[in-house]
Amino acid sequence: MENRLRVLRAERAWSQQDLAERIEVSRQSVNAIETGKYDPSLPLAFRIAELFEVPIEEIFVSPSRHSSKAI
Amino acid sequence: MIRTVAGRRYNSRVVWLSLAYAAFLLFAVYGFKHHLLHGPIAYLSAVLPALPIIGIFGAMGRYLLEESDEYIRMVHVRQTLWATGFALSVATIWGFLESFELVGHVESFYIAVLWFLGLGVGSVMNRLTLGTSVDC
Repeated sequence: MENRLRVLRAERAWSQQDLAERIEVSRQSVNAIETGKYDPSLPLAFRIAELFEVPIEEIFVSPSRHSSKAI
Repeated sequence: MIRTVAGRRYNSRVVWLSLAYAAFLLFAVYGFKHHLLHGPIAYLSAVLPALPIIGIFGAMGRYLLEESDEYIRMVHVRQTLWATGFALSVATIWGFLESFELVGHVESFYIAVLWFLGLGVGSVMNRLTLGTSVDC
């Protein structure tokens, strides 16, 4: 799933490890989410959104909305 | 290599179970070699080395329940699915080859060995498809 996690992280000058520690997952998890290889569960997505103090949809792009835009 | 709290607990359990396996195997081999085991005790002694191996399967299941990092858990689930598929596939192929008398008999406990080898296959597949592999 496409997302803005890397941008939000970069705005705060956090490394993947910094973010991983803040949301209590491994650095590999952050990397997998950022690169779209892994879609986080809803609880983890909420944790990420709450950390950045933005709604979930400002971080993660809905796959259906993304595909309809492509059309 | 990724180490989580649950992963460290799994490793510790596997070390103790491996030591128990070695001890039970030595006991059974010594007992049968010297004709010391008879009747129900013989059956119990023969089964003893299997118990820690079963324990390792249980430890893997417990690890999957305890792992709080959902991505790492998913990587492990994929790895164990590869291991299970690999072990069952090789065992099935070997079974047919054996039934048509094209290969010799192999003890069925080697299926467990195949499963552990399959974890290696799963690790390689995770590395190739996800760019991440875990060893715990």
